[in-house]
Amino acid sequence: MTLALQTFSTVKDANMALQAAGTRYLGGGTLVVRAANEGDVSVSSLVRVTEPSLSAIAVSGGETRLGASVTMAAIARHPELAALAPAARAVGGPAIRNMATVGGNLFAPAPYGDFTVAMLALDAIVVTEDGQVPIQTFLAGRDASRAIVTGITFVLPRAESFRFLKVARVKPKGVSVLSIATLLQRAADGTVTSARIALGCMADRPMRARAAERALLGCRLTAEEIAPALAVAGEGTSPITDPIASAWYRNEVLPVHLGRLLLA
Amino acid sequence: MELRKSYFADVRQNGLNEIGQPRPRLDSPGHVTGKTAYFADRNFPGMLHLKMVRSPHHHARIRSIDTSEAEKHPGVVKVLTAKDVPHNVYTILILIQIGPEDETVLADGKVRWKGEAVVAVLAETERAAQEAAAKVKVDYEVLPAVFDMEEALKPGAPLVNEYHGQNYYLYDSGECRKVRFGDVEAGFGQADHILEQSYQSSPIEHAPTETTGCVVAPEGNDRFTCYTNTQAMFFTLDNASIILQMPGSKLHFVGGTVGGGFGGKVDVIVEPIAILGAKLTGRPVCFIYSREEEMQISSPRAAEKVVIKDGVMMDGRIVARKVTGYTDAGAYSRHSPYGAQKGAAHYPGPYTIPNVWIDTYCVYTNRTPSSAMRGFGVTIGDFALEVQMDKLARLIGMDPLEFRFVNAYRDGDMKAHRQPTEGAALIECMQEASRAANWPVAEKYMAMSSYTKGA
Amino acid sequence: MAKVPVQFTLNGSEKAEFVDSGTTLLHALRDKIGDTSPKGGCHQGTCGACSVIIDGELRLSCLTLAETCNGADIRTTSGLAEAGVLHPLQRAFLDAFATQCGFCTPGMIMAAKVLLDHTANPSREEVVEALSGNICRCTGYEPIIQAVLTAARANSQNAA
Ligand SMILES: Cc1cc2nc3c(=O)[nH]c(=O)nc-3n(C[C@H](O)[C@H](O)[C@H](O)COP(=O)(O)OP(=O)(O)OC[C@H]3O[C@@H](n4cnc5c(N)ncnc54)[C@H](O)[C@@H]3O)c2cc1C
Ligand code: FES
Ligand code: FES
Repeated sequence: MTLALQTFSTVKDANMALQAAGTRYLGGGTLVVRAANEGDVSVSSLVRVTEPSLSAIAVSGGETRLGASVTMAAIARHPELAALAPAARAVGGPAIRNMATVGGNLFAPAPYGDFTVAMLALDAIVVTEDGQVPIQTFLAGRDASRAIVTGITFVLPRAESFRFLKVARVKPKGVSVLSIATLLQRAADGTVTSARIALGCMADRPMRARAAERALLGCRLTAEEIAPALAVAGEGTSPITDPIASAWYRNEVLPVHLGRLLLA
Repeated sequence: MELRKSYFADVRQNGLNEIGQPRPRLDSPGHVTGKTAYFADRNFPGMLHLKMVRSPHHHARIRSIDTSEAEKHPGVVKVLTAKDVPHNVYTILILIQIGPEDETVLADGKVRWKGEAVVAVLAETERAAQEAAAKVKVDYEVLPAVFDMEEALKPGAPLVNEYHGQNYYLYDSGECRKVRFGDVEAGFGQADHILEQSYQSSPIEHAPTETTGCVVAPEGNDRFTCYTNTQAMFFTLDNASIILQMPGSKLHFVGGTVGGGFGGKVDVIVEPIAILGAKLTGRPVCFIYSREEEMQISSPRAAEKVVIKDGVMMDGRIVARKVTGYTDAGAYSRHSPYGAQKGAAHYPGPYTIPNVWIDTYCVYTNRTPSSAMRGFGVTIGDFALEVQMDKLARLIGMDPLEFRFVNAYRDGDMKAHRQPTEGAALIECMQEASRAANWPVAEKYMAMSSYTKGA
Repeated sequence: MAKVPVQFTLNGSEKAEFVDSGTTLLHALRDKIGDTSPKGGCHQGTCGACSVIIDGELRLSCLTLAETCNGADIRTTSGLAEAGVLHPLQRAFLDAFATQCGFCTPGMIMAAKVLLDHTANPSREEVVEALSGNICRCTGYEPIIQAVLTAARANSQNAA
C-alpha cells in the first residue's frame, strides 16, 4: 500500500470516498501528512475537496460562517474577524498558519486545537452535509465522525466581551501549556450575567469550565469576587501530560492564568 | 568588544592580527544560495530506504524474530537481522584499545534499551519500508530494568550488559578511574569547614537541525562510497571495516558539511548497516534518522552525578577535595568510559589543592546509550564545581571571585595528576572578568600573575 | 504504484514531473526536480528548514503534497540570486554571520523573504514573529535577526 490522494470537486463525492477503510480527509495536512511522514501506516488514502465554498468567509451582521478550508492566516488578516485574530495567530508559526485549517483544528488533539477553544467559547455550530451540530456535541463524537466538515457558524463576539489567552513556554510560537477563551456578558454595573469559558489542553480535547462559569455569575471582575470561580476552575479537567507540561502543572497554573485573563 | 593585547605580550610571537577581525566563513556563500551539499543531497537512481525495527522494551530477551511477512511485503528488497552482520558485536573505542566489544549492530538474543535496533528493512520506498517494519514480529521476554546509576551499582541489580559482567566499566585501575594526591583525610582533618554536596544532571539531546544519516552507493570493484554526516570520519571508516570485515580500501567515505553535530554525530551507527544493505542488494541505500529517532535514539549527553566534598580554611584555601563522579553510559560504552575518565582528570578544577581524591565510575543502565557532547565529562563537572565554589565562598564569608583568586592554579603548581602547571591564564582571565563585569576585587588580586607565585 | 503528473513553475521556470501520489513537495523538489535547497530537518512541520514560497505565501514543503501544487508559482532559496548577484538577504546573512552549519539557512531566507515582500521596514518583533517557525541550532538567532533587519534597510535604501 502507498499513500494516495484523491481530489473531488464536490463534498458529496468526497464523502462517499471517505467511507473506504484507511481513508482520511486532507485539510491543510499539518497533522495528517505529518503523521504519514512519521511512519503512521494506518492511513493509505487521502481525500480532498476543491469546492470554493469551503474556503469562503462570510460575515453578515454578527452571523459568521467560516468554510472548513479557511486557514488561520486568512482569519488573522480578515478585517471583520479582528476579535478572532489572537486565537488564529496562536496557531503555530507563519507557515503553519498559511496551511492549518479551521476544519483540521476541530480534530486536532491536545496540545493542539487552540482555535477550536475559541470556537467552543462562542458555542459555534459545526456544519456537515448531514446537518448542523453544536460544537460541544461534535467534539465529544469527533473520533467516530466520518463526515466532512464543510464549515462552522457562530455569532461574532463584540471585542470587549471576548478574550483569548494561549500560554506557551517558547515565544512567539510554542505549543500550548494551555489555552483559555472566555465570552462574558456583563450588566451595566459590571456584574457577569452570562459566562462561557473554554479550555484547551485541560483534557484530550477542548472543554468547558462549567463550574467556573456558574461561579462567575453575579460577580464583578475583581480579584475577590472571581476567587470562588478560580477555585473551581479545575473541576472536571483531566489535563494531558506531554513534554511541555505535566497534568499536575497544568492544573496548578490554570486558575492563575484564568485569573489574569479575567482581570486583564 | 575590546581586545586587550597587553596580557602575555612578552611570550607572543605576533601582534594578534586575526583575533577581533571579522573573517567570512569559507562555506557561507554555499549556505546562503542553497548550494552547499549535505550528505542527503545525493540521490541515486534505484536507491533503497532503510528503516529499523526497534525494541519497545528497556530490557528483554528475544525469544524469536519472524520476518517472513515483512519479506513478502510489496517493495521490500531485503530484511537484515543479527546473523547477516559479519562482526555484529563491536565497540567504537576498540580502535584505541578500549574494550571489550559490548554493543550489537542488530540485537542478538537480547535488547538492553528501549529503541535498540533489532531488524533492518530495505525497501523501494520509505513507506514500503515502514509498512514492512510494522509486520516484523519479535517475541520478547521482558526483563527487569535498571535506570538509576546507584541502583545499578548495588549488589543484585539486573545485569545490563553481559559483555562487561558487571554494571560498571572495569578500568585498568579497577571499578573506577582514580586520582590520589596528598592525603585527603589529613586535609579534611586540618580544615576549618567541610562541605559535601551532590549535583546531578539529566541526559541532553543535541538536536541538530540535520538528522544523523548516510547514503551509500555501490561502486564497481566491490567498493562502496558512503556519504555521511559523521563527525568522526576515520573512526567510522575503521569501525565499519571491522563490523563488515572488509578492508578499508573497499570503503570510500565522503564527508563534508554537517548540518549541526555538537558531538552527537561521533557514534558509528548508521554507516555499517547501510553499507551492508548496499552490499547485499547491490543497490544504493539511504538510512536517515527521522526526527523522532534523532531525539530518542541518537546518543544524548550522559546523565551525571557528582558528589563533591571539600575542606576549606577561613583564609580561603581549599585544603582537601574528594570527588565521586558517576557517568551514565546507558546500555553500551560508546564514548562514555572516556567521558568518565575525562571527569577524573577535570574534577580538581583549575585550582591548586594539596590533597585530592577522585573516583569516577562509568555505569551501565538500561537507558539510551550516551556519548559525546560538547565537553562531555567536563561540562557537567564544571557546573558542579563552580556551584560548589560559590557555596564554599559563602560558607566562609568571602567574595566568590576573590575566593577563586586564592585557589587559582599558576605556572609551576603541581596538579593532582602530577603534571606541573604550564601556560596558566586563569588569574588574568579573572582580572579581566572583574573589570568587564564591574565586580571589583581587592588590589592584591589585581596585582597577581599566573607566572609568579606569591606576587 | 500510481504516478501522477505535477506541473508548476519553480523559480520562474516550468517544471513537469511524474511522482507517486502522496509524494510531498519536499521530496518532489529534492529527489525528482533536483532542487536540494529546501532541507528536510524533521518532516513534521517543526523546523522550517523545508520552507518554500508558494504563490507568495510561506509554506512547509514537507507537509504539502506535490500534486496539490499544480499550476503554482514556487520559489526556493536556490532561485534567489539573480544572474549570480546575491539577493540583499543572502548578502546580509553572509555579512552578519547568520549562518554556521547552514542547514537552516535556506528556510530562514524564505521566511525572511516573504516578510520583506509584505513589510518593507519590519520591526524587530515582526522579524522574530516571521522567523518563529524556523529553528536554528547553531547561530543563536541574534545574527539572523540582525541580518534580516540589515537586508530590510538595504532594500529600502535601494528603493529610495
Ligand atoms: C509545527 C506545528 C505547530 C503547530 N502548532 C499548533 C498550535 O500552536 N495550535 C494548534 O491549535 N495547532 C497547532 N498545530 C496543529 C495543526 O497545525 C492545527 O491544529 C491545524 O489547524 C490542523 O489543520 P489542518 O488543516 O492542517 O489539518 P489536517 O492535518 O489536514 O487534518 C487533521 C485531521 O482532521 C481531519 N480533517 C481536517 N479537515 C477536515 C474536514 N473539513 N472534515 C473532516 N475532517 C477533517 C483530517 O482527516 C485529519 O484527521 C501545529 C502543527 C504543527 C505541525
Ligand atoms: S522539514 Fe519541514 S518543517 Fe522540518
Ligand atoms: S546554522 Fe546550523 S541550524 Fe542554523
